[in-house]
Amino acid sequence: MPSNIPITPSTLSVKDLPWQIDWNKDKCTLCGQCTAVCPVQAIELGVFRKRALDMSPGFTKPPESTMQIYYGIRQKTDPAYICVGCAMCNLVCPNGAITPCSSDEADKLVFHRDRGGLPRSRGGRRNVAGTVLDQIKFIRISMLTDPALDAGRHEFEIRTLLGRVLPPEENLKFIRQNGWIPPVREIYPLMIGGMSFGALSPNMWEGIQMGVAYLNEEMGMPVRISTGEGGCPPRLLRSRFLKYVILQIASGYFGWDEIIHALPEMKEDPCAIEIKYGQGAKPGDGGLLMWYKVNRLIAAIRGVPIGVSLPSPPTHQTQYSIEESVAKMIQSMAMAWGFRVPVYPKISGTSTALAVLNNLTRNPFAGGLGIDGEDGGTGAAYNISMNHMGYPIASNIRDAYLGLVTAGMQNEIPLIAGGGIGKSGNLAANAAALIMLGASGIQIGKYIMQAAAGCLGSESDRCNICNIGQCPKGITSQDPRLYRRLDPEQVAQRVVDVFLSFDTELKKIIAPLGRSTSLPVGMSDALGINDYHISERLSINYVV
Amino acid sequence: MCRLFSITSEEPLSPMVAFEALDVMREGHDGSGVGLFLRDLGGPFEDMKDAPILSGIFTENGLKRLDAFMMNLGFMTKYKLPIKVSKTPPAGVPKRDIYLIRAYEYPEEWDGLDQLELHNRLVNIRLQLREMGRAEGDMMVFSFWPDVIMIKEIGEPLKVAQHLKLDRKDIQARVIMAQGRQNTNYAINLYACHPFFLQGFSTMTNGENTAFIPVRDYLQSRGFPGYTGYQSDSEVFTHILHYTLERLGLGIEAYKHIITPLQDADIAMHPDAKLLQQLKQSCRRLIIDGPNCVIGCLPDHTLFMVQDRKKLRPGVVGGRPGRYAFSSEICGLDAAIPDRDKTLDFQPMHLDTAIVGPNRQEVAVCRQTSPLPLPR
Repeated sequence: MPSNIPITPSTLSVKDLPWQIDWNKDKCTLCGQCTAVCPVQAIELGVFRKRALDMSPGFTKPPESTMQIYYGIRQKTDPAYICVGCAMCNLVCPNGAITPCSSDEADKLVFHRDRGGLPRSRGGRRNVAGTVLDQIKFIRISMLTDPALDAGRHEFEIRTLLGRVLPPEENLKFIRQNGWIPPVREIYPLMIGGMSFGALSPNMWEGIQMGVAYLNEEMGMPVRISTGEGGCPPRLLRSRFLKYVILQIASGYFGWDEIIHALPEMKEDPCAIEIKYGQGAKPGDGGLLMWYKVNRLIAAIRGVPIGVSLPSPPTHQTQYSIEESVAKMIQSMAMAWGFRVPVYPKISGTSTALAVLNNLTRNPFAGGLGIDGEDGGTGAAYNISMNHMGYPIASNIRDAYLGLVTAGMQNEIPLIAGGGIGKSGNLAANAAALIMLGASGIQIGKYIMQAAAGCLGSESDRCNICNIGQCPKGITSQDPRLYRRLDPEQVAQRVVDVFLSFDTELKKIIAPLGRSTSLPVGMSDALGINDYHISERLSINYVV
Repeated sequence: MCRLFSITSEEPLSPMVAFEALDVMREGHDGSGVGLFLRDLGGPFEDMKDAPILSGIFTENGLKRLDAFMMNLGFMTKYKLPIKVSKTPPAGVPKRDIYLIRAYEYPEEWDGLDQLELHNRLVNIRLQLREMGRAEGDMMVFSFWPDVIMIKEIGEPLKVAQHLKLDRKDIQARVIMAQGRQNTNYAINLYACHPFFLQGFSTMTNGENTAFIPVRDYLQSRGFPGYTGYQSDSEVFTHILHYTLERLGLGIEAYKHIITPLQDADIAMHPDAKLLQQLKQSCRRLIIDGPNCVIGCLPDHTLFMVQDRKKLRPGVVGGRPGRYAFSSEICGLDAAIPDRDKTLDFQPMHLDTAIVGPNRQEVAVCRQTSPLPLPR
C-alpha cells in the first residue's frame, strides 16, 4: 500500500464504516479461513511492515532501527467491499481472533453507497428495531370469576379460515339449494409467507417444505406456505404435498407457465392462490431477483434467460381498475381450479387498504385479504423503499377489521397480517396481538429464515446481502458452494421446532384469557398498551 | 358466578317457588341483582294471552311520559297489576316509585298486521322506551310482549320478592325463570340482570363470556335493532338464540352447534357433517368459548339448558311429568320439587342440550353428536 493514500471524496477510513474488524494478532493462526469465508471480501491478507528498535542492554552497541514484516488481516475501506457485520469470520476462526464490531458513531459510508449513480439495494427489513406490537400486553386474565385454562392440558382448537365465508343465512340457503359455496380452508393461523424459489436457495426451500409436510402429516397442524413469486418446482406441483402450498401469482407471472402446464397433472388442489399486488418491504415496487441469483435452475422454473435481473413491474400490467381487472383476475384464478380453491389478494400496508377491502367485500370470489406491513422483509429491494415506504401493520389491520365490523362482514373476508411479526423474537405475542386486533391469520417469512436457518440479518443493518446471492448461511444463495452449508433436514427440524413452540406460547397467551374453543379474532378487550395515543388509535385499553 | 333456577309446570305456580330455590343457593349470589321471568301466565292474565304486557320500573314522571307515548301510538291499557311496596325498602334495595306490569290493547290500525311486522314493532317500542328512559333516567323497560312478565331489581332475591309482595294469587305462571346475580366485572345495572328477553326468547347464564366483544360486534352488525343493549356479556346468548331460531330457521337442537360447535374430528363422524362444518364456519363469530351454563325459554314455552364445551358450570335438571325444574344446584331442585325421583336427575355435560317441551312430560336430552332435524 502506498504511504501517501490518495484522498478522494469517497475515501473512507475504517472508523467511517458501520462495522470494524477487530483482529487479534496474538490469537491469529494465519489459517486464512476468515478471508475465505467472508461473503463480501471485506478482509484480506495484510502484509504489515513495522519498525523495530533494537536497544541492547548495557549500551554495548548503539541502538538500531530495523524494519520487520508481519502478516495479518486488513479491512478494506472501498465502499464496494464493506464489511456487513455478518461475523462469519468469527464463526470460522479456530481461536476467536477476529470479530466485527459495530461502530460507535454514525457511519459515513451511508453517504457513499450510490456509486455509479445506483442507490443502495439490499435484503432484510426496515432498519428500525422493535414494533408497537411488542408493547401490547394481554390484560384480560381470567381470575376467579371465570377460570383460566390449563395451557398444557386443556383441549384447544387453534384454527383459522382462509376463503370467502358466506353469511349464515346465505350459507344455509345455498346448502338447501345445492348452490355454490365458496371453498374455505381450515388452517393453522400461522403461515409461512411468500419467499420465492430463487430468493431462497433450493436447500432452504426444500427444508421448509419438508418441515411443513411433517407438521401436517405427523403433528396434525395444518400449516400452509406461500410460494412467493417464483413458481413452484414441477415435482411439488404434481405431488400430494401441493395441498399445503399457497401458489402466489405476482406481476411478473414468473413460474406460471410451468404451473398452468402442470394443472392437468395435479393430484391435489393447492391450498389457495395468493395474488400479490404489493409487499410490505417495498410497497408499490415489484419483486426483484437480481442477476446474481438467476442460474440455470431458477431460469428454468421461472421461464426466463439465465443471468438477467428479474424486476417485476410494480403492478399487474392488465390492471386498470380495481372494480374490473382485480375482480376478473380473482375470478380467472378461481376458474382455473374449478372454483374449488380460495383466491385472495395480498397488498402492502397502505392508507388505501380500506378502499381495497371495501371493493373486495363486493366481490363474491375474494377469499381474503393479505396485508403486509412496513416491517416486512425481502430478498432484495431498494434501501429507500425498505426504510421509508409503507404503513405499520397494527393500525392497518385494525382499521380493516373495524371496517369489516361496520359492514357486518368480519367473518366473511379473513384478514391475513404480515410484516415484521416476531421481529424482536416475540413471535407468539405479536401474532396474538394481531389476531385480537382483527387478523384471522399471520404470515411470517424473515422469522423463519432467522429461526429455521440461522439467518444473520438484523435491523442494525447486519448482513442484509440476500440480494447478491452471497448469503453466508446458504439461505438466499443460488451458489451450491454456499447453499450446501444448509442441510434441508435440519431446516425442516427447525421449522417444526418453531411451530411447536409457537403453538405452546400461543396457548400460554389465550388460555389465561379463557379462550380455547375458537381463535380470539377481534378480542380487543384483552389488549392493553401503556401509550394513550396508541390505545386510542387502536381502540384498545390504555393501561399504566 | 350467579345462581339460576327455572321451572315449568302444568299448574300455574307462584314465583315464590323460584325465590325460595334461589334462597337455598344463596352462597352463589351477592344481592347485586335479581331477575324474574314469567310466561304462560295464570291469574288475571290467563284470559289475555295475546295482549302485550309492559314490564318495567318507572318514576312518577316516567309513568306520565309512558302514558303520553303509548296513548299517542294508540295503545289502550287493558289491565294493570298494582304492586304496592312499603315506603322503606329493605337494606340493599333502592327506593322506586312504580313497578309496572300493564297489559295493553293493540292500536286499531295494527289489526291485520303480519306476525313478523307485529313482533318487530313491539321490539321497536320497547327500545324507544328504553332510550327515552336512558335520556331522562325515569324509566326502565324489561319486556313488552304478550304473556310475559319480567321483574328486575337490585337486592337479595327473597327480600326483593317480599318487598314487592310477589306471593299473591294474581301473579302466577307456568314457566318461571329467575337469577340471583353475582356481580362480576360490569357495573351494577338493572339492564345487566338476567334473564334477558327478545321477541319471545329468553335466556339466563352462569359464568363469564370470554368471547363477548367479538360476539357482540357480530350481533350488532346483523342489522337487527333488537341486537343491542349488552350491559351484560350474557345478553348475547339470548340474541344468538333468537338469531339461530328466527333468522336461520334452525331448531333448538342446533343452538349448541352455533355457540359451542363440535371439534372437527367429531364433525367428520356426524351424520350432518356437511351442514355442521358450514355452520361452524359461517357462524364462527358466534362461538362463545364459555365457561357458561345457559338456561333458556322459547316462544313455545320449551325450557332448555345447555353447557358450553368446557362444562365448568354447574347445572341440573329434574322433576316429574308435569313439573320440571332446571337449577344451578341440586339443593335448589330439592327446594322446588322435593317429591321427584332423584335418580333421574340429569346434569347436562359438554355435548348435551336438556330440553323440556311445552307438554312438560319428560326431559329430552339432545347430544351434539346426534343427527339434527332438518332445517325448517
